[in-house]
Amino acid sequence: MLRPRRDERRETRDERQETREPEFGVPRSAGVVRFATGGETMSLRGKAAIVGLGEFKPSRYTEGATTLGMLAQVAHAAIADAGFELGDVDGLITESFAEAPFMAPSTVIEYLGLRAKFAEVVDLGGATGAGMALRAATAIAAGLCETVVCLTAARREKRSTSGPKRTASTGWTGRRADRTPYAEFEEPYGAIGANFGYAMIAQRYMHEHALTAEQLAKIAVAQRYNACHNPNALFFGQPITVEDVLNSPMICDPLHLLEIVMPVAGAAALVVTSGRKAKKAKQPPVYILGAGEQTTHRSITYAPSLTDSAVKGAADAAFKMAGVRRKDIDIASIYDCYTITVLISLEDAGFAKKGQGGAFVDNHNLQFDGDFPLNPHGGQLSFGQAGLAGGMSHVTEAARQLMGRAQGRQVKKPRLAFVNGNGGIMSEQVSLILGRDH
Amino acid sequence: MPDNDASTTTAYTRPLPEPNAVSQPFWDAAKEHRLVLQRSKKTGRYVYYPRAVSPFGVNDELAWTTVSGRGTVYSYTIARRPTAPQWAADVPYVIAIVRLEEGPHLTTNIVDCDPESVRIGMQVVATFADVSPEITLVQFRPA
Repeated sequence: MLRPRRDERRETRDERQETREPEFGVPRSAGVVRFATGGETMSLRGKAAIVGLGEFKPSRYTEGATTLGMLAQVAHAAIADAGFELGDVDGLITESFAEAPFMAPSTVIEYLGLRAKFAEVVDLGGATGAGMALRAATAIAAGLCETVVCLTAARREKRSTSGPKRTASTGWTGRRADRTPYAEFEEPYGAIGANFGYAMIAQRYMHEHALTAEQLAKIAVAQRYNACHNPNALFFGQPITVEDVLNSPMICDPLHLLEIVMPVAGAAALVVTSGRKAKKAKQPPVYILGAGEQTTHRSITYAPSLTDSAVKGAADAAFKMAGVRRKDIDIASIYDCYTITVLISLEDAGFAKKGQGGAFVDNHNLQFDGDFPLNPHGGQLSFGQAGLAGGMSHVTEAARQLMGRAQGRQVKKPRLAFVNGNGGIMSEQVSLILGRDH
Repeated sequence: MPDNDASTTTAYTRPLPEPNAVSQPFWDAAKEHRLVLQRSKKTGRYVYYPRAVSPFGVNDELAWTTVSGRGTVYSYTIARRPTAPQWAADVPYVIAIVRLEEGPHLTTNIVDCDPESVRIGMQVVATFADVSPEITLVQFRPA
């Protein structure tokens, strides 16, 4: 079972101080607060582990695929990877997908032939993958179920040449009709997609802090180096230089084409199980040691700040729960829809001081074989962004590295990884600390 | 920059706001070329976009008020490639977050100027584009 570490004991003391005034009037005895649940404040630390991974090699298009079929295939891959059978799975978390506008979890459960005690849909944009791991661990720690599959998939059929049409049922994005304030107050101005939003973040950042186009480009170059060591990456075999990035077409000032993810088809899945059952899995368990989440806005217009993100709240919570320090981290697996996303996340996750992200990129080697291994699979920038499976790839890669299964891009003997998932335009943030030891 | 001249004979194909009971006063005022915002009775703070409840507290109320239409560019981007197919003919155009004099931020376009001349901190003022018989969009131009 859990052997308390020194920093964990310190954290318990802090929690005791924070909970000195119980909100619901639970009587205190001998100075120790006990909540109505009868236990101490619940922590997920080490209660659950990732033991199975499924991931499809990204491709530009699918032909006649269904999202449901892809979710089911990647579920089988992950369950088999864990050395489990369908009967071992008693929880399912799926993304929300257009083919099943209602009751997505039961649709997938039925298709797979499961009997689930926990069925959930997670809708946190790019943070969905990390959010699924957090929720799976929460359900397991609460005793609701023991083994959860977490599923993401993106089909991508070639579109007809007639262009997008808006119907009441699909909306502009080709999904369900969007009647949010975003649709009413932003889309009419061409504020559609994500390029414009991240571009405005980068523009504001460059106004407030020192940051050069070269420094941003270096992030894309390091990740491409990593992708060139990952045969499954979309851009395997295609190295790039800083000059290539800066000479690529400007899409939305100041972001160039090679600083922006390429949408692809693909799928990614996790099997998360209890610490007890993890010992029976075929793969070495990767424990969820810390998790944190923060959301303040959907549209970047109303974000409390363009340059200080909610990554801080999510990452601080995850580090506190795990009881580890930033310098203990061996791998950073940070959501990278754009180069600026990585730069701001590095700062807000506490690896660099605010405003020092550019200098951090200059002073560190971000390659998988460098002193600060970042997105060893190539990141979504060079691995490809398969919808929400793109965000999940940051979880699968961190776990794969910690399991020691990353082959030609394996970071040397990593013990701890930091994962960040980012949804929307720096909207939903979920951070995880994953480790080989619990 | 976006050409929102409703007098052209081609149908307007871009996404249009679909006002609801809460937001209708905003669009009604825009049609009269006025910018209105809701204001918190409790705190005096202004709100954008229109809401059914105050974001400043549960015992608060919001009331409509006409505002100056003046603000500054908080951030912006020049779209060199269209952000959606319906804007393909308009590149390069400017999408910006404007910080209104009254406080709230809104996403809009900066029009009536060279996109290359837009800067953070630039003073701008609301300008109104009648894009359909029902809808007038609120854009901004250099003050």
